[in-house]
Amino acid sequence: MLGYSLRRLGFLLLTVLLTSVIIFSVTQWLPGDVCRIILGREAGEKALDACRQDLGLEAPLPVQYLRWLADFSGGDWGQSFSTRTDIFPLVMQRLLNSLRLAVLTLLISVPLAVGLGVLAGLNEGKLVDNLISIGSLSVVGLPEFVTGILLIQLFSFELRRWGLPSLPANSSIRPEAGFVESLPSLILPAITATLVLLAYIARLTRSGVLEEMKQSYVRTADLKGLPRHIVVVRHILPNALLPTITVIAISFGWLISGLVVIENVFNYPGLGRLLVFAIDRRDLPLMQAVALVTVVGFALANLVADLVYALLNPRIRYTEGN
Amino acid sequence: MINEKTAPALNIKDLCVAYQQEGEWWEAVHEVSLQIQPGEIYGLVGESGSGKTTLALAVLRYLGKNGMIRQGKIELSGVDLVQLQPAEMRKLWGHQMALIPQNPQSSLNPAMRVGDQIAEVYRHTQDMETGEARHKAVEMLREVNIPDPGRVTLSYPHQLSGGMQQRVLIAMALSSNPSLLILDEPTTNLDVTTQATILDLLRSLIEQRQTAALYITHNLAVVAQMCRRAGVLYAGRLVEEAFINELFARPLHPYTQGLLESMPRLGDHKDSVRLRAIEGRAPVFGDIPSGCVFRPRCPIANEICETNPPLSVLPEGRKVRCHRWEVSLNEAGRSHLPDGRSDRNTTEKHQLQPLLSLEGVSVHYPLKRSLREVVRREPKRAVRAVEGMDLKILSGQTLGLVGESGSGKSTLARATLGVVDKTAGTIELLGIQLPDKLSRRTLDTLRKVQSVFQNPEEALNPYLTVGEILQRPMMTLLGWSRQEAIGRVPDLLRAVRLPAMYAERLPTQLSGGEKQRVAIARASAAKPNLLICDEPVSALDVSVQASILNLLEDLQAEHGNSLLFISHDMAVVGFLADTIAVIYLGELVEIAETGDLFKSPYHPYTEALLSAIPGTKVESRRVAAPLVGEIPSPIEKPGGCPFHSRCPRLVGEICKRQPPPWQSQQGSSKRYLCHIPWEELQAQQGDIQGFEISRG
Ligand code: SF4
Ligand code: SF4
Repeated sequence: MLGYSLRRLGFLLLTVLLTSVIIFSVTQWLPGDVCRIILGREAGEKALDACRQDLGLEAPLPVQYLRWLADFSGGDWGQSFSTRTDIFPLVMQRLLNSLRLAVLTLLISVPLAVGLGVLAGLNEGKLVDNLISIGSLSVVGLPEFVTGILLIQLFSFELRRWGLPSLPANSSIRPEAGFVESLPSLILPAITATLVLLAYIARLTRSGVLEEMKQSYVRTADLKGLPRHIVVVRHILPNALLPTITVIAISFGWLISGLVVIENVFNYPGLGRLLVFAIDRRDLPLMQAVALVTVVGFALANLVADLVYALLNPRIRYTEGN
Repeated sequence: MINEKTAPALNIKDLCVAYQQEGEWWEAVHEVSLQIQPGEIYGLVGESGSGKTTLALAVLRYLGKNGMIRQGKIELSGVDLVQLQPAEMRKLWGHQMALIPQNPQSSLNPAMRVGDQIAEVYRHTQDMETGEARHKAVEMLREVNIPDPGRVTLSYPHQLSGGMQQRVLIAMALSSNPSLLILDEPTTNLDVTTQATILDLLRSLIEQRQTAALYITHNLAVVAQMCRRAGVLYAGRLVEEAFINELFARPLHPYTQGLLESMPRLGDHKDSVRLRAIEGRAPVFGDIPSGCVFRPRCPIANEICETNPPLSVLPEGRKVRCHRWEVSLNEAGRSHLPDGRSDRNTTEKHQLQPLLSLEGVSVHYPLKRSLREVVRREPKRAVRAVEGMDLKILSGQTLGLVGESGSGKSTLARATLGVVDKTAGTIELLGIQLPDKLSRRTLDTLRKVQSVFQNPEEALNPYLTVGEILQRPMMTLLGWSRQEAIGRVPDLLRAVRLPAMYAERLPTQLSGGEKQRVAIARASAAKPNLLICDEPVSALDVSVQASILNLLEDLQAEHGNSLLFISHDMAVVGFLADTIAVIYLGELVEIAETGDLFKSPYHPYTEALLSAIPGTKVESRRVAAPLVGEIPSPIEKPGGCPFHSRCPRLVGEICKRQPPPWQSQQGSSKRYLCHIPWEELQAQQGDIQGFEISRG
């Protein structure tokens, strides 16, 4: 298991390194001269040269890359072109916000989706299964901005109209707000994201359960005379949920950086919106920083998924690297 | 002792079971009645699709949603199971009835320790404490002869061999001492020597506990060894039932006769016996013939067979469902060939050219080293699949290769085909050295060596018609035009006894046996000199097996090609081969012409293989210890004699230290690799006592 973990970790480092090269080079190929972007169209040749000198753009590319990488690892992420502030604290603040939303979303969606999926799988073809399938399918078809706006209408405006306690329609939060303070603002975006994930995870869980129920070892467990709930909990689920774990991990990556639409609808200050902002302003260093943070997030989530998968699956635990 | 007078433990009456397929219900089991006494093992014999597994699942009431018991009773100790609710059945499972399934690997939960899987039976059905249940699990494993049971309880299923996994399942099934045990092909995927020990274990456990057992299998030899009575199932109908010795000595139903005659027995050889295959194929759902279900395949059918035959009950307690069983009795008997039937054997062996010779061939697969091994600079290890193999195949002859799984026989075939690289040695075809790599072999070499594999499902491209499959080798290997190739397709199909219209069909429209015929037709399309057949019949039903064996023999007689025939089944190899090579852990341990192989002395491993065949025994003048353990991993191969870790006739330290010499004698073509000299070994072993079925 140790060898396996080390190997996975090695893979992770390699992936991150490789993507960092890609991110670095993409910004090289983007049209336009960085200094011209910084200084504006009217800048004179002299100022441009000074700027290039300043940013080290004269050096050969590999050197630029290494310098960039070293700075980055050291926490010196440079200054944003557009806001003229340090990038590191900015991105970290947004990352923290995104993490909060992601964690809350997973806390709501995973138990719900897995529960529904298991319920549907165990009752294949029956009414419960059909209801769950139809329900989750009809939700997944709706774009996030529709569900988001609907939720705002319902839980914010309608409730307020009736004088009931309601949730905020605008989820912008103070930078220094703690988790508890920001919780009301998080609920609606989290539910919207949950609705996107729900059908996906539930269907996957359902098919995992169906697949495992066909296996001979389930028949063995049944014919041993075990109570049905023991068969489900001890035999079917540990095997059926394996594929779900991977998907949850990938969803985590998406929750951190891919919630652009939801963050916009709710005006929530997450990483996704920061990225859009950076692209809008052609703010290269900021774009790079957000992209790299996203990549690391994705890779870590995958690493965790691999390890949990191995932990639950003795065939991997005991054959690799032992 | 089994008392016929006591109430049967299991009493099945007029059972009909239906399955739903594409919205329609088909009857898979039709009006089956049978009784099993406590302590009796009842054999239910049938080929695939006969409904035997459906019957087993019906008795367990585990048919699933598409299955339904249409009519009949299943009485277990007087209680009719058909009337019970699912919740009530769950209380009987594990307590009153248990199943030992076919595929041990997939029947165990891969994510749970073996000990926990046994212990949970005690915990949840007998309300035992965790500690006590664990303790009982260890005890149970000891009872099924698992060495070091404490350690095994901590293993996961994939860490155990197939034989061990099956023992675990046996322990599990017997843990609550059921009154009915259902065994569904429990040894089918195991090696013969493992099968033999499992069968012994099962027999003694069932006898000790006086359990009633329903033993389901396609293997007649196993039934002969294990059961007291047996029923034969065909297309869901019980067509015959009798005590074992009568069933084998005097089968009454034409189908039973067909089954028995299509199975080569140990010592049968193609020169003297012609296998009688059952023509046609078993009916499939929705295609059950009216009248007698066996009519389309029955050699003695006439008009009366268009009505349903009744189940005749004969005085000696046997039953048969056939209008003409009295006639069939007279027409039975295997076809013995007149002497000197084949002219190809008149050529003296020494005049024959060697077609293929292997010299010192080794195949090692290097293992990837783990991180720790690299750090510690441990030497690279390798799987030594084949080691120093010397073999020759004479032209027009058949060389049979026997050994258990892991013996390296398939690797040897692949090295010859050029699909795996050999590590050392030379392979010569007609005196010319073959390059290792397939890509470096000439077209002509490829044409000369063709192959047929075990699983026809995987061998045929599902998107091509049979005709297209057959044209390919002629176009690529013989360089024929498409037109020429198409012209030859009907001939090829005729040669493998398939109708010409099959050229238009896709592989999915064929039965397993038909697919294997197509595979053989394809392999022989380019007129190869050597046909390599790796277990070509082991995935097929017995009745189909015979026709494939006959076919291979006919093709050889016609084209004069050589055959390298690989099988784990001694009787099948013995039937087809002119020379037999026995291999163990990648090494040749004995080789002889077929006739000589079955004469003593035998290499101790050959002796073990022969004794492991159900119903067969090698007479032992000095009783040998039973074969122990399982085939070791070819990575940690024992030094000295490869067989010493399991050899029942071990001489002593010398076997572990010194590689044994070849032993041979004037007047016999046999050579074997052992420290025990010829006369001495002969003094310890006697003849093979074949096919004893008259057990009291
Ligand atoms: S009833 Fe007729 S067709 Fe059926 S097995 Fe007997 S003889 Fe053959
Ligand atoms: S050499 Fe020894 S161990 Fe090997 S087969 Fe002969 S007696 Fe057995």
